[in-house]
Amino acid sequence: MSNIGSYEERIKDFSWEVAEKELDYKPGDVINIGWHCSDRNCLKGKGDKLALIWEGLGGAEKKYTFNDIRLASNTIGHHLRSLGIKNEDRVCLFMDKIPELYLSFLGVLKIGAIAQPLFSAFGDESLHVRLDNAQTKAIITQRKHVGKVRRILEQMPYLEHIIIVDHDGKKPLKERETVFDLENAEKIDEFEFFPTKAESPSVLHYTSGTTGQPKGVKHVHYSIMSQYLTAKWVLDLQDTDIYWCTADPGWVTGTSYGIIGPWSQGITQCVLDTGFSAESWYKFIEKNKVTMWYSAPTAIRSLMKAGDELVMKYDLSSLRHLASVGEPLNAEAVIWSEKVYGKPFYDTYWQTETGSMMLTNYPGMKIKPGSMGKPFPGITAAVLEEKTFEPITEPNKPGLIGFKPGWPAMMRAYWNNEETYSKKFVNGWYLPGDKSTIDVDGYYWFVGRDDDVINTGGHLVSPFEVESALLEHDAVAESAVVAKPDEVNMEVVKAFVTLNPGFVANDDLELQIMNFIRKKLSPLAMPQEIEYMEKLPKTRSGKIMRRMLRAKEWGQDIGDTSTLDDE
Amino acid sequence: MEEMKDIVLEYVINEYLEDEDEELSYDTPLISGGIVDSFSMVSLKRFLENKYKISIPDDKATPEAFDSVTKICTLVNEFLN
Repeated sequence: MSNIGSYEERIKDFSWEVAEKELDYKPGDVINIGWHCSDRNCLKGKGDKLALIWEGLGGAEKKYTFNDIRLASNTIGHHLRSLGIKNEDRVCLFMDKIPELYLSFLGVLKIGAIAQPLFSAFGDESLHVRLDNAQTKAIITQRKHVGKVRRILEQMPYLEHIIIVDHDGKKPLKERETVFDLENAEKIDEFEFFPTKAESPSVLHYTSGTTGQPKGVKHVHYSIMSQYLTAKWVLDLQDTDIYWCTADPGWVTGTSYGIIGPWSQGITQCVLDTGFSAESWYKFIEKNKVTMWYSAPTAIRSLMKAGDELVMKYDLSSLRHLASVGEPLNAEAVIWSEKVYGKPFYDTYWQTETGSMMLTNYPGMKIKPGSMGKPFPGITAAVLEEKTFEPITEPNKPGLIGFKPGWPAMMRAYWNNEETYSKKFVNGWYLPGDKSTIDVDGYYWFVGRDDDVINTGGHLVSPFEVESALLEHDAVAESAVVAKPDEVNMEVVKAFVTLNPGFVANDDLELQIMNFIRKKLSPLAMPQEIEYMEKLPKTRSGKIMRRMLRAKEWGQDIGDTSTLDDE
Repeated sequence: MEEMKDIVLEYVINEYLEDEDEELSYDTPLISGGIVDSFSMVSLKRFLENKYKISIPDDKATPEAFDSVTKICTLVNEFLN
């Protein structure tokens, strides 16, 4: 029997009090995600239960019980306090998927500070704009990533502490750097966590929009209600499960469902901190007897490419339930997974701003391959007319997805950006920026984005950010960036550029520009293709017609060109 | 082959290696070892194509084929010959 039981029954008279009761919370109480994910499990008798099974390069393995993560997060929290970090200070977590990342997340929350996880593959500029926006006070990182921090340090007087978790003493530390060795630190058993309340800020994740700099999405401790209940009802996490969320906590899936969702329920989870290979993933599932697997369409399509024969080499019979997030999961992938794993992937739809799942497929409910499913109980969703923002009642007619605000994990602000935040709400609806249809049975079907943001491998890339970075390359005079279709990643970045005088358009320059963006922003933002143009299509007022370039890439009608400056 | 290995190794070290202290050999796992991710693999493929004036079909440019300098050079040689 699945945790949710009957979806139809659950949506009747639903209240988030279900989660509040199960998490022993009453309005007005102290609530702290760090404590709930560690100490509370120990108080519930799960202290000796495994919380984390971690595997790194070369098969290195570490295991932590819930008592271990309680002690570790206490110890990290204590250390941060000793450095003068206070509640609501921003602490950036800039690490690979090492245990310290997961444990620091809880430690930061326990002292009431705000965890700011950032994807460790970010380049110097991507890191800088995000730290600058948040005025981050401390960063916890690894030796291999500290070079990026050093290169931008002079521009960040607010960053007081650079805490390195794996310093080997071979090279001297530099300005503002300190070492914190968790394994050898004195364990703190008694620790007074900060008495955060429901609306106290907890996590600051960054996401990209079409224009402007990345936005810091502020979440609060009360978000745990949504993350707990969706993990329980959608991922169907049960006490004996071995859960594997493949997402990196540098992104919201990796914290909402790679930390908070499972650990608020006291579930054992495992983490694989190596690069992707189909073989290593299957080995990992077999070795750890993974029962619940939450992954992404890009990974699933890569596994499809690796072939059916490889699947047969491994014993994957432990798998009980599979789910997917990041971008729409195509019907072929759902059908394929049912064929080779004996289980379909259940698609889930949500985003950084929503903090938890919004539209999903549920255990026990019929899956329509390619559909995002139905709204989670307590979520009021609709597809809206694009001009009036009124719900469309006619089935299968595309419109903007809208959600009525008020679920626990919803963002509370864009950090220092009230103007952009307020634009996300129209006519009483929160607009996630995606289009969908609803069929006669109430299932949602993804249609596309409502803006130019590029969704590559489940991560959003701002065309504006890449265009701006391209202009910083000596050779580039003008740039336009669009999404290009891709079999595995759904979309990849493509750039159109004109060159400054004296530069020759050739393959070597293309590679040089690609690497320039990769290091400056991130591998995700690197154009996978650069097309040289004599001039970019512009309106008569001089605005680049990105829409035309995108349509060309997707083989679509380029639409109205009456405003095109064709001189 | 040895000369090619040195060229590719040097390129990988200069372009992708973040940890200055990490030592890389011809057989160090690059993709599964997390040194080169799947997005960055595109730029590595482009480097090989430019340098050796070859075209590597996408279905041959798999994470497995790019997983070490030795494997990369074997792949490049396939298209050089």
